[in-house]
Amino acid sequence: MAGHKEVDAVTGIETTGHVWDGDLKELNKPLPRWWLYVLYATIIWSIGYWILYPAWPLVDGYTQGVLGYSQRSEVTRDVAAAKESQTRFVEAIAAREPADIAKDPDLMEFVLRGGAAQFANNCAPCHGRGAQGFKGYPNLNDDDWLWGGTVADIEATIRNGIRSGHAESRESAMPRFGLDQVLTNEQIADTATFVLSLSGQPGDAPAAERGKAIFAEQCVACHGEEGKGMAELGAPNLTDAIWLYGGGKADVEETIRTGRTGVGVMPAWDGKLDPVTIKMLAIYVHALGGGK
Amino acid sequence: MTRMEPASRFNRTEPVEAAPGVARIDVDAVSSKAARSYYAARQPIYPKRAEGTFRTVKWVVMAVTLGIYYLLPWIRWNRGPGLPDQAFLLDFAHQRLFFGPIEIWPQELYFITGILIASALGLFLVTSLAGRMWCGYTCPQTVWTDLMIAVERFWQGDRNARMRLDKSPWTFEKIWKKAATHTTWLAISLATGGVFVFYFRDAPTLARELLTGEAPIVAYVFMALFTATTYVLGGFAREQVCIYMCPWPRIQAAMFDADSLLVSYRGYRGEPRAPHKKGQPWLNRGDCIDCKACVAVCPMGIDIRDGAQMECIQCALCIDACDDIMGKVGRPKGLIAYETFRNMEAASEADRKPVRLVRPRTVLYSVLITVVLAIMGWAWIARSPVEISVIEDRNPLFVRLSDGGIRNGYTLKVLNKTHQAQRFAVRADGIAASELAIVGHDNGDAEIAVEADVVRAVKIYITVPATARADLTGVSTPLRFVVTNLATGNEVIRDTAFRSPGP
Repeated sequence: MAGHKEVDAVTGIETTGHVWDGDLKELNKPLPRWWLYVLYATIIWSIGYWILYPAWPLVDGYTQGVLGYSQRSEVTRDVAAAKESQTRFVEAIAAREPADIAKDPDLMEFVLRGGAAQFANNCAPCHGRGAQGFKGYPNLNDDDWLWGGTVADIEATIRNGIRSGHAESRESAMPRFGLDQVLTNEQIADTATFVLSLSGQPGDAPAAERGKAIFAEQCVACHGEEGKGMAELGAPNLTDAIWLYGGGKADVEETIRTGRTGVGVMPAWDGKLDPVTIKMLAIYVHALGGGK
Repeated sequence: MTRMEPASRFNRTEPVEAAPGVARIDVDAVSSKAARSYYAARQPIYPKRAEGTFRTVKWVVMAVTLGIYYLLPWIRWNRGPGLPDQAFLLDFAHQRLFFGPIEIWPQELYFITGILIASALGLFLVTSLAGRMWCGYTCPQTVWTDLMIAVERFWQGDRNARMRLDKSPWTFEKIWKKAATHTTWLAISLATGGVFVFYFRDAPTLARELLTGEAPIVAYVFMALFTATTYVLGGFAREQVCIYMCPWPRIQAAMFDADSLLVSYRGYRGEPRAPHKKGQPWLNRGDCIDCKACVAVCPMGIDIRDGAQMECIQCALCIDACDDIMGKVGRPKGLIAYETFRNMEAASEADRKPVRLVRPRTVLYSVLITVVLAIMGWAWIARSPVEISVIEDRNPLFVRLSDGGIRNGYTLKVLNKTHQAQRFAVRADGIAASELAIVGHDNGDAEIAVEADVVRAVKIYITVPATARADLTGVSTPLRFVVTNLATGNEVIRDTAFRSPGP
């Protein structure tokens, strides 16, 4: 039968000679030969790829390809190129004063965007993604600053940390008035009533009066006569609406009793982040809305 | 080809012995030499030169389309300083598309979508009215193939000369004629590929860069790509592209109906076909003298007299060829003509019905085109030269300040699509005592400058002091940003909300 083809009676076209289910046949509509050549060409093309690029897995590794290409090296190159393109910004940030930087919209945008990225990487775990803070971790959006809210203050706080063990760390320690039995529970309650009255919160007037005397004796050294705090000592302003450890009476009593010692630690970023990054972070945090 | 009984090997019921005791196995070599015909080599086509109305139209269309393609990037358009002065530029690097006075930003790409939809519907309409006009006259594959064939004809002569040349051994004449043809093809291809990249970058600059070797590598890659495809598809693949690669011929049959004007052979007039000798009567025979002029001029290598077929691009060259012959033998022209399926079934000229151009199908396509163009036109007219968007801070939603006030943060984006720097005043309406501050601006400075043709984002803080907390209507108080163009006084408004723990 070879060499003899059946021709379909209806179409007049030759069949392939293949028959299925006894009577099912197909017409021979030949594919253009060049289409086959295109297939061969793609195979040859793929051989070129095997030679030039990493291709075949081996027992221990893979064929590297003569171009020595790898996606990792490409990323490394891209990162280096990105760093290179940032050089003029980085140099400008290092050289210029924050107030000066703020006047350059391009530079400021670089600082704010870079600051946001660095904040997310380094600061967000404690202060939150939006820098909103948590109990014991200050909200960086507001206008209340324990250690001062200028860019320089913030920069120093980031660089040296708070109770971080760094040589220039910011240090403050509220005495443990209750635990160390300096004050009795009643005295602490009276003091808390007075402290809350500083921000206009109602309370028992005689208790506040008693608390005022204790405050004058025990607290003014750090928090000041009017309870407005001292940024140099990290002593908070007690007259405003912002409370790091909560503004309820029980919260304030707890703070006086325990001094909240041993909890508030901000790491020193000196050495972990480069000075330009720290400066960018300081400007970014300052620009969150509450900077002084 | 001999006609055979059906392949019998599976039908064969009784095994045959090859020799006593040796069964003859019921098998054929699947890939026997004789069976290897599943791939067909391309049969070269030597289209003969046609002359006539449609050939002239095709020359004009070729000149216009190629003229537009090659010259468009060189047209200048002054848009002012800092902007490209190329009339037609797809500036991907700066995310702008420029079409003369029209400038499209990335978020306005729906205009391109609209143009593409209208174009597709336009193609449907033309196809339903007059068949494959696109394929026959304006498709780049057709135009460049036509050009390549013209070049071939210029160097090697018309159909018979080319066939003779191809059959002849490699003489000096054959070598130089072929070399000249391919050199011209390559020059055309190079120009095609070269011009392509000019649409994406300032043409005079890029031309200089290409010549001095300073152009971006991607320009050379695309230039090489389009040079190669023009040379291969126009010079060699030709009709193979239409038959085997392009999906459009398979789709467009859906747009034909009984009233579509298609290039057709009027069988009722032509048949029975037979050669005609001078002086013989034309009675009891068709007008077709079977001269095959229509076949010889066909660039697709088909016989139009076989009826409508997928391979026919309806370039109408067979009409020219046949009209020429009909003139010579003294019969009426139009044996091959634009004709409808309905009239193809007519028994004679007298039975022909007028062509219906207005049909549900063409009305529908026209209405759809009008609707799409109207929507796009309206969108273009309503396009504001300045747009703003306001993004509320979500984390934190609000900030409690030391004096008990509440602050919200917003990112205000101002798109200045004009070609001049603009100054805008920003204010927030809705909460009487609220204070607005723009990051990086002095207190009370609520004006922002936006350079020409850019998007400027500014961070804005709205503060409601403790004393004004009563103005807040709940956890969310409506707030409206109003951005006023200081030069024109035009206001752009965006409504948003002020979040708080409550009044």
